[in-house]
Amino acid sequence: MITREPYQCPACTSLFARWGHGGLFFMQQMGQAVLMTGKAVMYIPLMFGKRNRSEVVYQLFFTGIKSLPVLSVVALFTGMIFAVQTGMELARFGQEVQVGGAVTVVMLREMGPFMTGLIIAASVGSSISAQLGTMTVSEEIAALEIMSIDPIRYLVMPRLVALLAMMPLLTLYTDVLAVAGGAIIGFTQLGIDPQAYVDNAVQYATVKDLYTGLIKAFCFGAIICTVACHTGFATTGGAVGVGRATRQTVVTSFLVILITGFILTKLFYG
Amino acid sequence: MIRFNNVIKKFGEKPVLRGFNLHVHPGETISLVGTSGAGKSVTLKHMVRLLRATEGEVLIDGVNINQIDGKALEEVRKRFGYLFQSAALLQWLTVFENVALPLRENRKFPEREINERVERVLEKVGLLEAAEKLPADISGGMQKRAGLARAVVTEPDILLYDEPTSGLDPVTSRTIDELIATLQKDLGVTSVVVTHDMISALTISDRIAMLHQGTVLEVTPPREFLQSKNEVVRGFLDSQCINPNFFDDFPERMLK
Repeated sequence: MITREPYQCPACTSLFARWGHGGLFFMQQMGQAVLMTGKAVMYIPLMFGKRNRSEVVYQLFFTGIKSLPVLSVVALFTGMIFAVQTGMELARFGQEVQVGGAVTVVMLREMGPFMTGLIIAASVGSSISAQLGTMTVSEEIAALEIMSIDPIRYLVMPRLVALLAMMPLLTLYTDVLAVAGGAIIGFTQLGIDPQAYVDNAVQYATVKDLYTGLIKAFCFGAIICTVACHTGFATTGGAVGVGRATRQTVVTSFLVILITGFILTKLFYG
Repeated sequence: MIRFNNVIKKFGEKPVLRGFNLHVHPGETISLVGTSGAGKSVTLKHMVRLLRATEGEVLIDGVNINQIDGKALEEVRKRFGYLFQSAALLQWLTVFENVALPLRENRKFPEREINERVERVLEKVGLLEAAEKLPADISGGMQKRAGLARAVVTEPDILLYDEPTSGLDPVTSRTIDELIATLQKDLGVTSVVVTHDMISALTISDRIAMLHQGTVLEVTPPREFLQSKNEVVRGFLDSQCINPNFFDDFPERMLK
């Protein structure tokens, strides 16, 4: 059941007791969020069914295609900035030709999934949270439950599918554009031949860099969906509550993405 | 049909229902009236387990709804239609799609039958011409009627109305009242109406329950309710300028 009663922290005077209740509340929220996503995963086989197909397609479009303009700008300029900074330093040692390898490896391993994760959390995640939050405070979620329509199948599953499918693809897109941005700077500012730039990139980047980045992106997709949907469903307090939920989604997603990114990096390269 | 036995509901330490007892008979229309915070909407939400009682039991035809989950709860909920205060229509679906939603999602009917059923109820609530409009493009009264159409399209046994006339002008309020009375007569459903609007309660109800501080003060037919000597009831009626001769002055055609 998604519709929940508001959490009431028991009246306690002790600071430690309040911390304890806060900790319990946090654990309870985490548990509910994980259970929700687990249930949504169980519904994934129904994504091609007549009832869910159109919503899944719309969410794929919303998450994927609609994010392309902002991602394109961010990816291109991230690659260009990175190339300018590394190029200037490497030029002091006459090694500016190494820019291709540096940009490619950093984008594939870390910056590609990380930048994509942040952009999608801020755009798609906040949008999901605001929509579900508004639906919660206007009792649309309760209405779905009374009609025996599971909001997790109807609302969470299509968004989860879209984020899991699109995050790796968008990350790949970010990687390619950022490397291209680096090449533009290399050619126009550092005087690096494009062929030399590509050769250097291919020499240093490995298949492992690519797939670890894509695995990270996949995990970030799951994180964004879990945080956004759970925060949306937990919204209380009208328009102010929706604003709070949206902000909380973005902040929490950023932090969890950052921490998960570190853990995954340690796992893959530690 | 619906029975509340000594229900206590607390939010944290704050009690909202305090030993609440109520019996709703099959086929009747009962209105729950009372001041804000008396526990009316909370009572309604207990009937479909949007809230769970802290103590006591809520029985739907003998089934304690507090003790069931999953499929069993879904089956009980399928017997209910619920008109929310805000109508709670999904904003990205048209009026037609909103009304068709419970039929399409529960996969029991072919598309042709769904279309026929939806058109029938939309005609009944006078919204056939607005069928392709989005909720944002229609008035509050029309949204309420669309919500009502969605509540009745599955032909439930029990209809719950949460402030069906709140925020509406008097003319539209009476239209909604007439609609509720007509639906009750046509479908023979059991109806529970939460309202502040005493004209509405007096004209559509078989019985009126006065709630005060989380308990039922009295449950009586409308004519007896008007003659009540209870101070709280009298104060509530006086606040809306309802006098004991209300039915003598009210047009007969508008009475249930």
